[in-house]
Amino acid sequence: MVKETGQKRAVLTVLGSDKVGIVAKVTALLAKHNANILDISQTLLEDLFSMIMLIDIEDLSLDFETLNKELEELSKELEVQIKLQNEEVFRYMHRI
Amino acid sequence: MLFNTGEILETVKMIETENFDIRTITMGINLRDCSHPDIDILNKQIYNKITTQAKDLVKVANKIEGEFGVPIINKRISVTPISIVANACKEENYTSIAQTLDKAAKEVGVDFIGGFSALVHKGYTKGEKNLIQSIPEALAKTDRVCSSVNVASTKSGINMDAVLEMGQTIKKAADLTADKDGLGAAKLVVFCNVPEDNPFMAGAFHGTGEPEAVINIGVSGPGVVNNVVNKIPEANFNQLADTIKRTAFKITRMGELVGQRASEMLGIPFGIVDLSLAPTPAIGDSVANILEGMGLEYCGTHGTTAALALLNDAVKKGGSMASSSVGGLSGAFIPVSEDQGMIEATKVGALSLERLEAMTAVCSVGLDMIAVPGSTSAQTIAAIIADEMAIGMINKKTTAVRMIPAPNKDVGDEVKFGGLLGEAPIMKVSKFSSDKFVNRGGRIPAPIQALTN
Repeated sequence: MVKETGQKRAVLTVLGSDKVGIVAKVTALLAKHNANILDISQTLLEDLFSMIMLIDIEDLSLDFETLNKELEELSKELEVQIKLQNEEVFRYMHRI
Repeated sequence: MLFNTGEILETVKMIETENFDIRTITMGINLRDCSHPDIDILNKQIYNKITTQAKDLVKVANKIEGEFGVPIINKRISVTPISIVANACKEENYTSIAQTLDKAAKEVGVDFIGGFSALVHKGYTKGEKNLIQSIPEALAKTDRVCSSVNVASTKSGINMDAVLEMGQTIKKAADLTADKDGLGAAKLVVFCNVPEDNPFMAGAFHGTGEPEAVINIGVSGPGVVNNVVNKIPEANFNQLADTIKRTAFKITRMGELVGQRASEMLGIPFGIVDLSLAPTPAIGDSVANILEGMGLEYCGTHGTTAALALLNDAVKKGGSMASSSVGGLSGAFIPVSEDQGMIEATKVGALSLERLEAMTAVCSVGLDMIAVPGSTSAQTIAAIIADEMAIGMINKKTTAVRMIPAPNKDVGDEVKFGGLLGEAPIMKVSKFSSDKFVNRGGRIPAPIQALTN
């Protein structure tokens, strides 16, 4: 039996070359699926765009895997790298 | 920001550009309750047990991969040593059991299944004799089955009869798969002090001290360590060791997280994280490159053993802080054919069998994935095994030999296995005979180190 385990928050990272509409398109997709943005940070190092978002996925209107797939399609369209990961990954790796 | 941006980008970079991955999720399954004198019934019971117990393994692994965004490269199964499971069988040829394991592995979608194994460090039972005799045919007729034999331990010494027999078995396994450069021998490993919970192939099996089923994780990340080492070319050894330790900590934490989640989702206890640095043929994902990053022109030159000792120890220290259940082999692997840096070092003549043997005294395993001329005799291979077992026995550590006497190939040629098994230039072995030594028979007694009680 596969048990579902609780997943509440996730970290979304976007890396790539800067262009118009990255933030708009990513946040629109998140809003569409009821993912609430808790925190956001964006930097531009020369031409490299990097955005990190902490999102609440408690009330997500679809499952994590499907959201991941849609983000993957968006990443191809925007030609940037988008990665959605359970926040535990970062908590575990850098904290005891 | 609720998170440190630098930490998040560091993690993402490890995965995206430094080949960081979870090398394997290995499910250990007890097969002792499948025993039956009739081998057909035994096979049926083994097949049913594995395909029931592991039916969700790949699905769960894929789900975790998606959720954490960390690739999980291999999904594997280890089972109770078949020599124990089949001990009651009237049939002496166990090849059909290997074929059953192969079929079950394909059914549940795992890439390797380990446990076509025997432990004979002190002597043979009937089942162990039968199993070892079945190994060459079993490995030739299956794709995913791995075999291992433990012939020595610190507590019992070296079973030299078994060492000689394994020399012959390796030769046969290679000869029966001559059309594939001797691939059979690449799936067969000979051990001293074999761990019972190792998740890595070809040596994985489900030990008799283990529970009914267990989840073991093998983490990796030579690329990540390589990168941090290359960033600090001027650092002294203390700083170098400290940096590696911190990196090993982070890598192992991921293994711990994945193991706990997999255990929770499958309802099977979490066993251990094996924090071995396991190289792949991918450029940069190399243990040899880490040693070269420390300042050696090529892996294998003078200083290599010291560099590897530092690396292996720092990896263990970092890992042991990161998880309370570290086990398996845990350290650095030095398989030649699976490591682009080792292949390069061999090609330029920097790395030899003798140097590799010295390296195994300070790293986590042994002579691994080394191709030697097809003309190498069974006695010479047995003598190489004996040397390696002696290092493990005296130093109270695991050592192993996975060697491929590539049929019809000689020094200057190469073997190609493809995938994770990679490719290797043929290495030179001594031309002088060890025949009289290995033909003596009997057991090298347990060393004084065994008397610890």
